[in-house]
Amino acid sequence: MANDMMTKTMHEEEALIQELGYEDHFHEHHHGDKYQSNFITTYIFSQDHKMIAKQFLITGMFWALIGAAMSIVFRLQLGFPEESLAWLKPVLGKWIQINDAGIGTLSPDFYYALVTMHGTIIVFFVLTAGLSGTFANFLIPLQVGARDMASPLLNMFSYWFFFLASVVMFASLFVSTGPFSGGWTAYPPLSALPQASSGSGAGMTLWLVALTLFVVSTLLGGINYITTILNLRTKGMSMWRLPLPIWALFITAVLGLLSFPVLVSGFLLLMFDRSLGTSFYLSEIYTGGQALDFAGGSPILYQHLFWFLGHPEVYIIILPAMGIVSEVLSVHARKPVFGYKAMVYSILAIAFLSFIVWAHHMFMSGVNPFISNFFVIFTLIFAVPSAVKVFNWIATLYGGNIRFNSASLFGIGFVSMFISGGLTGIFLGNSAIDIQMHDTYFVVAHFHIVMGIAAFFGMFAGIYHWFPKMYGRFMDETMGKIHFWVTLVGAYAIFWPMHYLGMAGVPRRYYSFETFDAFKHFAGMNKFITVAAIIVFAVQVLFVINFFYSIWKGKKLTVMNPWGASTLEWTTPIRPGHGNWPGKIPTVQRWAYDYGKDGNDFISQITPLRDDEKEDSH
Amino acid sequence: MTFLLAVLCLLLIAVIVIQIGRVTELASKIRGDEEMQLIINKRQANFSLIFVILFLIGCVASAMMYKNWMLGYGPHKAASAHGSGLDSMFDITLFFTGIVFIVTQVALFYFAWKYKGEKNRKALFMPHDNRLEIIWTAIPAIVMAFLVIKGLDTWNQVMADVKPDEDFIEIEATGYQFAWAIRYPGPDNQLGTRNYKLITGLNPLGQDWTDAKNLDDIHADKIVLPVNKKVRVRITSRDVLHNFYLPHFRVKMDAVPGMPTYFVFTPTKTTAEYREGLQAYEQYQQPVDPNDPTGPKMWEAFNYELACAELCGNGHFSMRRIVEIVSQEEYDAWLAQQKSYYLGSVRGSDEDPNKDKLFDFEIKQRKQEFTDAVEKAISSDSIADKTLKFNYVNFETGSATLTALSKYELDNLVEVMNKYPNMSIEIAGHTDNTGDVVQNQILSEDRAQAVYDYVVEKGIAAPRLRAVGYGQDRPIDTNDTDAGRANNRRTEFKILNQSL
Repeated sequence: MANDMMTKTMHEEEALIQELGYEDHFHEHHHGDKYQSNFITTYIFSQDHKMIAKQFLITGMFWALIGAAMSIVFRLQLGFPEESLAWLKPVLGKWIQINDAGIGTLSPDFYYALVTMHGTIIVFFVLTAGLSGTFANFLIPLQVGARDMASPLLNMFSYWFFFLASVVMFASLFVSTGPFSGGWTAYPPLSALPQASSGSGAGMTLWLVALTLFVVSTLLGGINYITTILNLRTKGMSMWRLPLPIWALFITAVLGLLSFPVLVSGFLLLMFDRSLGTSFYLSEIYTGGQALDFAGGSPILYQHLFWFLGHPEVYIIILPAMGIVSEVLSVHARKPVFGYKAMVYSILAIAFLSFIVWAHHMFMSGVNPFISNFFVIFTLIFAVPSAVKVFNWIATLYGGNIRFNSASLFGIGFVSMFISGGLTGIFLGNSAIDIQMHDTYFVVAHFHIVMGIAAFFGMFAGIYHWFPKMYGRFMDETMGKIHFWVTLVGAYAIFWPMHYLGMAGVPRRYYSFETFDAFKHFAGMNKFITVAAIIVFAVQVLFVINFFYSIWKGKKLTVMNPWGASTLEWTTPIRPGHGNWPGKIPTVQRWAYDYGKDGNDFISQITPLRDDEKEDSH
Repeated sequence: MTFLLAVLCLLLIAVIVIQIGRVTELASKIRGDEEMQLIINKRQANFSLIFVILFLIGCVASAMMYKNWMLGYGPHKAASAHGSGLDSMFDITLFFTGIVFIVTQVALFYFAWKYKGEKNRKALFMPHDNRLEIIWTAIPAIVMAFLVIKGLDTWNQVMADVKPDEDFIEIEATGYQFAWAIRYPGPDNQLGTRNYKLITGLNPLGQDWTDAKNLDDIHADKIVLPVNKKVRVRITSRDVLHNFYLPHFRVKMDAVPGMPTYFVFTPTKTTAEYREGLQAYEQYQQPVDPNDPTGPKMWEAFNYELACAELCGNGHFSMRRIVEIVSQEEYDAWLAQQKSYYLGSVRGSDEDPNKDKLFDFEIKQRKQEFTDAVEKAISSDSIADKTLKFNYVNFETGSATLTALSKYELDNLVEVMNKYPNMSIEIAGHTDNTGDVVQNQILSEDRAQAVYDYVVEKGIAAPRLRAVGYGQDRPIDTNDTDAGRANNRRTEFKILNQSL
C-alpha cells in the first residue's frame, strides 16, 4: 500500500519536472562529465559539490576522532591522576614522564597542548569545516535547485585549502617543542613568547599558518555559498521559499565572510610581534631572566580582534545545526516547521547580535567596566530570538505524528541540549555573575553543551537524515539509536556535573586540583566524568563504524523520497550524478513545509498550487 | 596492549550490534516497514518520557549531593561585602532559568511521547500563530530586561573604583610564572613606582629605589587583611596574562603586562569565623588526611586562597597563596612585624643606588646606636666592655682614605667626646691576614691615624686621643672565610679614661 503510494509520488514528481521544469540544456553540453571522468577527478580533485561535501565530512570525522581522543587522554589525567599512564608511552613518547616507581604521568606541557588542540580542532576543523562545509556543499545546490555551486573550481580549492590546513596542523602535533599549548584562544603574550611556553615556539608558528589556510578555505567556501544562494536559485524559489537549512547556511556564510578576516588581521599582528619585533600586543615583559624591549602594546587588543571573530564563530557553528534540526524535526513530525518567518527573523537577529557582543568574553580582562554595560544588554537580548527558536521547535512537535528514527531523535536531543546550554548563558552573559563564573568549569559546561554537543547533535541529525541522499543507502538504525541514547545520557553525565565544579569556583585549564584546598574535593566527580567520556567516545567510534559499514552494506534505498519530504533534493534520482537532475531543473511552486495540509501527507515544492489554494506563511 | 584489547572489544560490540540490526531488518521485512516503524515509535517515545523523568530527578539529586561544596550555598556564602549581591543575582537567575528549563524540557519530551507516530493519527496543520510568537517573544524580553537592570546595577557598584577621600588599604599583587608576589605599601601607605627594566633577582618587581615611596614597601608571602576594611588590590603582571582570583570573596581580575588593573572589595568574615561556619557541616568534620583520623579536621585546616584563573603556562594550576582575614588589632600587629624589603634585602648591596648616602632615619638610628653603646661601655665595670667597634667606619679598598659615609659615625664620636670632656680614647686599626704582614701593620696604623686626624680636625684636643695600629695580630673572627675576614678588618676605640 505505502510502497504503491510512494512509487506513485515518485512518478508524479518526475512527470512534474518534465512538465514544469526549466530546460537549461545542461546535459547537452556534456560538460557535466568532464568533471567526473576518471578516479582523480571523481574522488580526489572533484568539483562536484556532493563529493566535496563528502570530503569535508570524512575529513571532519577524522579530526573529530583525533580531537575526542585527545580529550580522553587529558580526562584520564584529571579523573585518575594517580593511575599510571605509562601504557601511552608508545604513542606519546616523551610527553609521558615515568617516575622511579614506574608510574607514568602526562607532562603538564602536553596536557595544555592537548587541551589547546582539542579546542582548536573541534571548533574549527570539525564544527566549522566538518559541519558547515559538509552541509553547505551538499544541501545548497540540491535544495535551491542548482546544478552545482556558482564556482565549482573555487569550491574544490576550498576543500584543498582545508586539507592543507589539516596537514599543517597535524604536523604541528609532532614538533619536538610540542604543539601549541596556550589555549585555543591563543592570547598573547603567552602565545607570542617561546620563552614563556615551549608550545609557543614552532608549534605556534604552524598553528598560525594552519588557521590562516583554514580561513582561506572558509572564505572561498563562503563566497560560493552566498553567490549560489543569491544567484542560482531555480525558478520560483524566492527567498521566502528557501528551506531553513539554506537560510541558516546563507547567514552562516555571511557571518564567516565578515568575521574571519578580522581574525586573520589579529593573527597577522601576532605574527609580526613574534617574528618582526613589533609591539602590537606586548608591553613591559620580563621573562626568561630578561626584560624584553616590547613597549606600548596591549594584549587586550588581540582579545578584541579574536572575539570579534570568536563570538560570531559560535553562531557559525550553531546556525547550520539549527537549520538542519528545523528541517529534520518538521519532516519527521510530518508538520510544517512552526513559525517559518519567525525562524528566519530569529536567525537574522542572532546574526546581527553576534557582531556586537564579543566583549562579553572579556568582562574580567581589564577592559573598562563601563563598556561592559552595553555588552551585557546585547548579550541578554540574545535570549529572546533563542527562546523563540526553542518554542517554535517544541511547537513543531506539538500535534505531530512523529516518526522516531536516529535523525529525529538527534533533532529532539539537539533541542534539549540547546535549552540546557543556552540557559546557562544567561548567567554568564550577566557580568555581575561572570565575576565569579568566568574561566571556571561553569563556562566549560555551558559552551560544551550549547555549541559542542548541540552542534554535534545537529550534525548527527543531518547525517542520519541525508545519508540516503549521499550514498543511496540507509545507516543502520539500531546502531543509530544506541548511538543516540548513550550520547544523550553520556553527554549530560559528562557536562552536567561540571556546573557544580564551576559553582564551587574550580577554574578551568587546571592540570591538577590538588594544589588548592577549595578545588580538591571533587575526585569522585572527576572520575565519573572521565568514565562517562570514555563511554561516549566509544559510541562515537560505533557511529563511525556504522557510517562506513552503511556506505557499502547499508539497506539500499528503493525510492527517491524515503522520508516523504517536500524539498527539492528528494526529487533527484536515488544516486544523482553531476548536475543533480538528469533532465530539466525542477521549478518551485510553493514553500518548503507543506506537511499534513488539506489531508495530504506532504506536498512537494514542485507541485503547483491548486487554483483555490492559498500559499502558507507569506 | 590494553588499547588494542579495548579496540577489539569495541569491534566485537559493533559486530553484535550489526547483527541485531540485521535481525530488526529481517523482522521489518516480515512485518512490513510501516508496522515496524510504529513499534519503534512507541518504544522510542517511551524512552523519551523515561529519560526526561530520570533526567530531572538526576538534576535535583546531584544538586542536593553537592550543595555543601558549592559556593553561594550554606557553608560557602560569600566572604565579602559585594559577594552576596553576586550570589543573589545567581540565585534569581537560577530561579527564572530553572522554571524555563523544567517547562521546556518536559514539554519537549512529553510532546515527543504524546505525538509519536501512530496508525490513525493525522498531524495537525499548524504553520504559524502570530499570537503565540508575540507571547513567547515578550515574556523572555521582560525577564531579560529585569535581569539586565538588576545585573548592571550590581556590576557598576562592584566595579567602582575607590574615591580619593575614602578610607582603604591598597595592596599590590603581581603575577609571574608561576606565583603571585604580594606587596604592601608600608607605613607611608603608598606603593612606590616600578619599571620592568629594573627587574633583577634581588628586585623581583623592578621597584625604583630612588623613589622614596618604595623604601618602606613590604613583600609578603601571603595576603593578610583586616576584616570589614575596604581593600583596593592593584593587579599587575610581569610576563604573561594571569588572573587574580579569590573564589571565596567573588574577586576576579586579569593581570595584564603593561596595564595595571584593580579590584576593590571588603572582606566581611575572618578566617576564624569562616572556619567556625564550616564546623556546622558534617562534610567538614572529616580529617584532612584520610590516613590520619586524629589529624586536623577540614574545617580547622580551612584557608582562604588566591589562585590564577587565566591560562599562563605549564604551572598555571599551582599559583597558590594563602589569604588570611584577621581583626584590625591582629592585622596591625602582623604589619608591625613585617620588614621593608628594601632595607632587609637591598640596602647597601651593589644594586642599591642609594648606597652612597644615608637617609635621615639611618643617621638618627646610627647615632642612637652609637650613643647607647658608649653609655653602656661607660657604665660597665669590666675592662673588656670598654673596647667598642666602629660599625660604620670604612676605608677605600687598600687605602687609608675614609669613605664618605664613615664621617657620620665619627661625628657621633665627636659629639660624645664633647659631652664627656674628660674622656680619652685609643683608636685602633686592625686588618685581616691577607697580604704582607708589614704592609698590613702600616695600613692599620694609617687608618687609625686617619680617624685620629678627622676627630682632631673637628676640634677634639689631641692629647685625649691615641692612634695605634695592630696589623693582623688581633683577629676577632676566623680568617678562613670572607665574612670572618670582613669582621677582622675593623677600626675600634677603647675608652682609656672616663672620669666624668
